[in-house]
Amino acid sequence: MSKMKAGPLSLRLSAIAYLAFMLFIPLAAVLQDGLRSGFSSFANSLFNPAAWHALKLTVWTAVVMALINAVMGTLTAYVMVRYAFPGRAWLNSLIDLPFAIPTLVTGVMLVILYGPQQVLGGWLKNHWGWEIIFAPAGIILALLFVTFPLVVRTVEPLLMEIDEDQEEAARALGASSWTTFWRVLFPAILPGILTGTLLTFSRALGEFGSVVVVAGNIPFKSQTAAVYVWGELESQNRQGASAMSVLLVALSFLMILLVDWFEKRRGKTRVRS
Amino acid sequence: MSGRKKSTRYYLLALVLGYIAVLILLPIGALIANTFAKGGMTFLKVLCRQDVLHAFVLTFSLSAVAVVLNAVFGVVIAWVLVRHQFPGRNLLNALVDLPFAVSPVVAGYMLILLFGRTGWFYPLLQATGLKVVFSLPGMAIATTFVSLPFVIREVMPVLQEIGLEEDQAAYTLGANGWQTFWRVTFPGIRWGLLYGVTLTFARALGEFGALFVVSGAVSGETETATLFVFRAMDERLYQEAYAVSLTLAAVSFFVLLAMEALRKRIHEEA
Amino acid sequence: MGISVVNLTKRFGEFTAVDRVNFDVKEGELVALLGPSGSGKSTILRMICGLETPDDGEIYLTGENATSLSIQKRGVGFVFQHYALFKHMTVWQNIAFGLEVQKFPKKEIKGRVEELLHLVQLQGYSHHLPSQLSGGQRQRVALARALAPKPKVLLLDEPFGALDAKVREELRNWIRRLHDEFHVTSLFVTHDQNEALEISDKIVVVNQGRVEQIGTSQEIYENPQSSFVAGFIGPVNVLRGKVEAGKAKVGEFEFALDSSFLEGHTDAEALIRPSDVMLDTAATSSFPKGQVKRVSFLGWGIKVDIVLMDGQIMTVHLTKERFQELQLAEGQDVYIQPRDAKVFTRKAAAQDYSI
Repeated sequence: MSKMKAGPLSLRLSAIAYLAFMLFIPLAAVLQDGLRSGFSSFANSLFNPAAWHALKLTVWTAVVMALINAVMGTLTAYVMVRYAFPGRAWLNSLIDLPFAIPTLVTGVMLVILYGPQQVLGGWLKNHWGWEIIFAPAGIILALLFVTFPLVVRTVEPLLMEIDEDQEEAARALGASSWTTFWRVLFPAILPGILTGTLLTFSRALGEFGSVVVVAGNIPFKSQTAAVYVWGELESQNRQGASAMSVLLVALSFLMILLVDWFEKRRGKTRVRS
Repeated sequence: MSGRKKSTRYYLLALVLGYIAVLILLPIGALIANTFAKGGMTFLKVLCRQDVLHAFVLTFSLSAVAVVLNAVFGVVIAWVLVRHQFPGRNLLNALVDLPFAVSPVVAGYMLILLFGRTGWFYPLLQATGLKVVFSLPGMAIATTFVSLPFVIREVMPVLQEIGLEEDQAAYTLGANGWQTFWRVTFPGIRWGLLYGVTLTFARALGEFGALFVVSGAVSGETETATLFVFRAMDERLYQEAYAVSLTLAAVSFFVLLAMEALRKRIHEEA
Repeated sequence: MGISVVNLTKRFGEFTAVDRVNFDVKEGELVALLGPSGSGKSTILRMICGLETPDDGEIYLTGENATSLSIQKRGVGFVFQHYALFKHMTVWQNIAFGLEVQKFPKKEIKGRVEELLHLVQLQGYSHHLPSQLSGGQRQRVALARALAPKPKVLLLDEPFGALDAKVREELRNWIRRLHDEFHVTSLFVTHDQNEALEISDKIVVVNQGRVEQIGTSQEIYENPQSSFVAGFIGPVNVLRGKVEAGKAKVGEFEFALDSSFLEGHTDAEALIRPSDVMLDTAATSSFPKGQVKRVSFLGWGIKVDIVLMDGQIMTVHLTKERFQELQLAEGQDVYIQPRDAKVFTRKAAAQDYSI
């Protein structure tokens, strides 16, 4: 629209200025700092044993958690959309609860529940040898809690689009429940599952508040990448912190672009996350 | 649900409900139980501690700042992104999600890089005598950063749906850009905006990682509620930690209920 | 001159949507911009309003060059096909909007809104929201809203496109009434020729971005200047033939050549209105013969489809009385006397006449 540029021009500039200050500049600062001493120095900081272990731990716990989430999130979405049962409305609110609770509080709750001095935690450790707190299992639990709504809420709308008629038609044609699920439902909700899982994974890479309480800061045992950055900052090792930060930002940004590209392929420009 | 074995249904339901119970309900239950283990009076006494009260005031203030800034700029950015095509628009759109993706620690670190002693803006700060890092302005920026995308992401689809024609009609009737925005566009986006504000507030309330890095966590000065909880856990002041945690969780829960009510409102209006 | 459009051109990439369009609308006239989908008529209207910018040409509103004026400054009232009412405002607030924004005195606003509500007969609805109104009511509010701030010019973009037939007819009368009341220079876009013929003072026929013909309803109907216009306005038979010995020979018919004839034209088209044909069953008739293929009842009359000797089909409209007189039945032979025909000739071409 041609003539409407005058007022909105100042508006657009202020919007861009805000974004520049809030996003571009911090991003540039991290990139510049991490790569300041050259690429080899950057690589060295990343491949020192503690950093490397933190990275591996972060990635494998995130993958395990993402897989569990993909399955349970999808099942939860299915139950929410297709079944009617008493208390369904409450369950709906409960699903969003992890989004509302501060991550630190999540960590505190898990420590209360599974701490080695606690009833449950103690029992688990003595009976089964399971360590939750200060161990990878705790990290996975914390991540599961914090990212629970992501897969559910991305799969639900897709499920709602599919009429129950389609399922019934399949069954009338002789398909078993399992076949119906695999061949009718699954292909339709797969994009949602993938998007949700990607978002979950991306979120898990950077999770701090819950993990630092549950897993602590024990290098080589339960220190994730984000906690590692914090550790480096505490010990005044800026280079180490920067290098890991750059990697984390790059990974996260890659995830966003992936999700975006994926959604565009499906024909939707992502307007809502 | 005819034709499907009843037992599959029950197993599935049991699995999902069981999972949610163990994953979500159990920890919350544990928190509540342990908070009130020493009685309701202890709970209230803890909440009345000087440093706790100060922490809450700080948390709410920072969240308020984040809400105001992100509400105002969020609406503008949403409008720019939806109504205009320009080179780099898609990149900008993706960039808006950055605060979601970036670890809070890294976010805090970014601010230190910018405003710390060797930071890009340090000379400017020296000149004006403004303190950012280890001080309130820095914490405000951090809180605003991490809660940036919510309003934008909630308003954009609403703007998209409303479409252009009402705006155009307003122009033909003589209204300029501002008048059109306030009288025609804004009423259409208000519920989306409110929902986004609610999400922003909940996120800001719970921010920890970035604040941990940026604030220096000086009790009574730059210690928010979340920072207090961390210190309390560290110093084994468990009752204190639990009480403040539960309060934060409860406030968030009510914010959540407001979210649900608003979401219903948005769907009704659609 | 209320509206003057000079050499107006608009391109979308490679595609020329509007190609050097020229026409005028006199002060107080109600003119229709008529054409098929994609003819560019909406684009022309939007350029006059300011919602689109022309690539070339000029627009004059009440004598003033408005080509580079902003939408707000043009003083143009616009009615959208899908109403574009402000969803969150009441009927009253919608109509008052333009008056408030243009800073009319409060008392005048009240009087004007009431006047318009009365005119569109929605007095009891001032506190209703658009969602509580029917399509026809919403469009009446849209009309009232556009007229409230006393625009110099009123533009309507397929205003009845979204409504069903009965409501459309009612609203046509509304437009005419409002126009008679306010005499605002008005231009409306439509693809419905009945609408154009019925209510407009003048019609501008547009096709593929160009003006085909400008004239009154009668002129356009009776003297179409191209086969497109003839085919677009009103029902018409298109019979094909050749130019032979200085005449147009179409099947068994022979027509005198028209002013459109040029040396070298070999193909001819005869356009005959179904109501311009006389039929006879007397075997002694000297007129060309055809066979009745199908008889259909149209409510107000009878439609008879006739197969001509060369295989072309001709449609004839008869009054019920005439049909009774003739007692036509399917398969019967009938003799055909066209009373008026428009003949168009051109060079032999691969081009298809498709109406």
